[in-house]
Amino acid sequence: MLSVAERLEIEAEAAPAETKRSVASDALKIVQRHRGWVCDEALKDVAALLGLSPAELDSVATFYNGIYRRPVGRHVILLCDSVSCWIMGYNPLRERLESRLGIGLGQTTADGRFTLLPTACLGLCEQAPALMIDDNVHGDLTPEKLDQVLENYA
Amino acid sequence: MTTLHVDGKTYTADTAGRNLLEVCLSLGLNVPYFCWHPAFRSVGACRQCAVKVFKDEKDVRGRLEMACLIPVTDGMRVAIDDPEAVAFRAKVIEWLMVNHPHDCPVCDEGGECHLQDMTVMTGHVYRAYRFSKRTHRDQDLGPFVNMEMNRCIQCYRCVRFYRDYAGGRDFDVHGWHDHVTFGRHEDGILESPFSGNLVEVCPTGVFTDKSLKHHYTRKWDLQTAPSVCPHCGLGCNTFPGERYGTLRRVMPRYNGEVNGYFLCDRGRYGYEFVNSRNRIRRPLQRDHTGPVEVSKEEALALAGTVLQSRKVIGIGSPRASLEANFALRALVGPDRFYHGVTDKELRLVRTLSALLKRGQARTPSLREVESCDAILILGEDVTNTAPLLELALRQAVLQKPKADALKLGIYEWLDECLREAMQDQRGPMIVATPDRTALDSLASRTVRAAPADLARLGFAVAHALDPTAPPVPSLTPDTLALAEGIAAALRTGRRPLVVSGYGCGSEAVAEAAANVAWALCRTGSTASLCFTVPECNSMGTAMLPGESLDAAVAEISNGTADALIVLENDLYRRAESGSVETLLGARQVIVLDHLAHVTASRATLVLPAATIAEGSGTFINNEGRAQRSFQVFVPPDDIQASWRWLAELMPHSTRPWKGLDDVLAALADAVPAFKEIPDIAPSADFRLTGQKVPRQSSRYSGRTAMTADLSVQEPKPPVDLDAPFAFSMEGSRAHPPSSLIPRFWAPQWNSVQAVNKYQFKTGGALRDGDPGRRLIEPPEGEPTPYSVSIPAAFVARPYRCLVLPAWHIFGSDELSLHSPGIAARAPGPYVALNPVDLGRLGLAEGQAVTLSVGVASRVCSVIVAPDLPVGVARTPAGLPGLPALALPAWGGIAAVGGHSPPASQHAAGVPPVAGNEQDAHTATENTNATSGSPGERGGAP
Repeated sequence: MLSVAERLEIEAEAAPAETKRSVASDALKIVQRHRGWVCDEALKDVAALLGLSPAELDSVATFYNGIYRRPVGRHVILLCDSVSCWIMGYNPLRERLESRLGIGLGQTTADGRFTLLPTACLGLCEQAPALMIDDNVHGDLTPEKLDQVLENYA
Repeated sequence: MTTLHVDGKTYTADTAGRNLLEVCLSLGLNVPYFCWHPAFRSVGACRQCAVKVFKDEKDVRGRLEMACLIPVTDGMRVAIDDPEAVAFRAKVIEWLMVNHPHDCPVCDEGGECHLQDMTVMTGHVYRAYRFSKRTHRDQDLGPFVNMEMNRCIQCYRCVRFYRDYAGGRDFDVHGWHDHVTFGRHEDGILESPFSGNLVEVCPTGVFTDKSLKHHYTRKWDLQTAPSVCPHCGLGCNTFPGERYGTLRRVMPRYNGEVNGYFLCDRGRYGYEFVNSRNRIRRPLQRDHTGPVEVSKEEALALAGTVLQSRKVIGIGSPRASLEANFALRALVGPDRFYHGVTDKELRLVRTLSALLKRGQARTPSLREVESCDAILILGEDVTNTAPLLELALRQAVLQKPKADALKLGIYEWLDECLREAMQDQRGPMIVATPDRTALDSLASRTVRAAPADLARLGFAVAHALDPTAPPVPSLTPDTLALAEGIAAALRTGRRPLVVSGYGCGSEAVAEAAANVAWALCRTGSTASLCFTVPECNSMGTAMLPGESLDAAVAEISNGTADALIVLENDLYRRAESGSVETLLGARQVIVLDHLAHVTASRATLVLPAATIAEGSGTFINNEGRAQRSFQVFVPPDDIQASWRWLAELMPHSTRPWKGLDDVLAALADAVPAFKEIPDIAPSADFRLTGQKVPRQSSRYSGRTAMTADLSVQEPKPPVDLDAPFAFSMEGSRAHPPSSLIPRFWAPQWNSVQAVNKYQFKTGGALRDGDPGRRLIEPPEGEPTPYSVSIPAAFVARPYRCLVLPAWHIFGSDELSLHSPGIAARAPGPYVALNPVDLGRLGLAEGQAVTLSVGVASRVCSVIVAPDLPVGVARTPAGLPGLPALALPAWGGIAAVGGHSPPASQHAAGVPPVAGNEQDAHTATENTNATSGSPGERGGAP
């Protein structure tokens, strides 16, 4: 069941829209903001609210890699693996993250603190190698700097 | 006509409204493609149809273009074999194949795979990719369609068919990048009744026929012949395929006018009755000691004695061929032949056929339905009474927005642009029915009313269109306004269409529908009138003179007859058990049929009759199109076509019939309406380049080995006396006339896409015209007078409900229910009621009740149908193991007391036979598990 807050926010988003289905991705973002991810049950509820079938909404949800259809940790690390970052030191960064957090790409730490995901490009080539944690980007990273950055996310 | 130059050769072609790919394919040129399909528009997703296009004769470099995305211009210069284009196409397929598992030997699609064909055609032979491939988890999509997503090449055809063309909403594309998959949101049965078409729409082995898996055979090993689907009145064309004496699958057979490329799931998966363990395989005599198998000769002698010594009447069947019904009529005498349906049904179907023959509105083919642009559906839930008609209507509602979009100068084959321009717009479609239908979501307006009120609405619409049409007395202002609104909507159409039929069981509804269509015609529109009919030969048999089953009952009960021959008919499905008991109380009862049903279990002599796949015959569909269905294989044991049994029973001196052509000649001679029937397909002595048409492909394997366990001597192929086909691989490989095409195949085109080579225009008619002949055309001259018998408004009665039949695509058809997949989707016995009636009768949802109509009753559970008019109830028609109810009729509904439901069911009159009871059982259990959905597609999403 969607919470009252989720439902109200989605309805507010849908009210001015020409068709309800055009706010599909916004509605998914609202649910994700509240819950951290979009579970099957919430997906069905949102679909019903927007007059879509679950398959239609899941088609939208799975298209965007920023919509999480599986649980994630409190903080999501998006590590850029595109060409500039790769040249400038993506691999040492990844190795440090993996050894420090004890997880591989696509995994979540046992304490639920971090989820590590790859991303194709953050648009920060001039600060490569870069990564993004939650809504913050961090550029010109080295494995040493990384440790400090992670400390900011409890 | 446009001139174009392809690979240095000059061609002329009609290119209006067609893209370069279509034109090239029609010219017989091989351009590989994946995402394009003749029934859908171009999306340019696969990049496989790249060709070089040159500006003029001086241009030697040219540029690569996707053939499906460009129009043809006069004098156009194109190169398919340009080295750069060839290399490009080879690279594209190499990409597409990167993740393909190359598992052809274990893939059901192998041998008829478009991906195989295209890979060979483009010359991609060696794989450079040597890394691991992406893999997917497959979904269980229910009993019909198997999924193997690893084989996917992301052409998007499946979702374009299922979602865009067929309107299914539980199937979509998921994921992105290298992880794109197609399927449902979660495992589960595909809801669309057209899901089986994914099998051919998919160019490779992602979606395959799950029923075929149980008895798998490669396409080249199947014996096939052109056939007609026996599971509803639309007469879709099919290719049943046989191997080792069992039917392995049914594929749609392209007919541009009827079913096009598609088939519904009942038609595709309903074939398994042919292989049923309940088949009658040998003649069976039954006396006081019980049933005994007898030889064919003994059986003929026994039947001969009955014919000589008794007063015999014949009971025909709307699911038997015209030839079989006619042979019975000839054997017992025209005045002793009775139709195998009740008076109610016979009158209804005869009314439908008379309205089509009498009026100036044309009965449209399914193709013509697709091109209609303003639609009134009166009383018909087409999904469940004529499934493929739903698919055609889904295309028809797009006609108007499409016409508007084309005014913007968009090419009509350009999918993305057209869809962008059309958005969610739909043309006018009014759905006026007693309860919800699957088409409601597309309707511009829905109306819910009892049949009498639907008829009155129809008559009022006709009057609003043409004031000379009879007015409807005492209409409410609301209904009047509604009728005027509907009339205005129909007037906006260039080709309006009225759809009605047998669904409500009401002649008044059909007459009202006809009045609407005629009023449109009289006021200058080119209106069509489409009626559904109950069974595959309802229209044909209704054209044969003769009285109904009720008259036959009278004949037996008053002693003017004491023996009967029942042709392919389970009488317990037709009439209430009292009348059937009277009939079967005759001294001698001879039954010819496929399956051991209750009627057969009461017969004194049972003769094994061929199914549609085992005998040739003619069927007339709802459009009035006579179509020939040809025998696919020689059945085992003593099974033979019913008409042949009946012909062999005729006295030696007068036995004139050796083959089908003799029956057809006699039929055309005896019944003027069937004068043209012999000409709808070539006769048995037709030869193609001096030879017969082979039912087996040239690659048919194992011929010398398949019976070697019985005898090392290869048997001589059986001779077909009825058709110009051979039960062998020998014969002419030339293109036969369209009614004799045994399979679609062309060099380099092993998949069903080979049909392109059988048309002058892709998606158009087969080369020498689509098979079948229309027997009903609107009369010339003065317009016919309107029907004037307007019923009184519906009035609900206290304590009683008007019980209407609820038809089910999976459940109402007798034969298809023997397929386990279809039985699993059939509903259990229910009665649907409006919440008001529920309160009035003091019932609760899910409660067990006894529904009694006349002397018959059935036990069923109550479901709520909020849209159903007050005072009206619906209960499924045609479910096995339930007493037949003559619907529509007034009935009583009462809560079941202390006694157990099964006991009262049997008390109501149907002694169960093993097979039927079993089927009924599975069906019941299933519905209880998923209770609450009366129609598979009944509820609007």
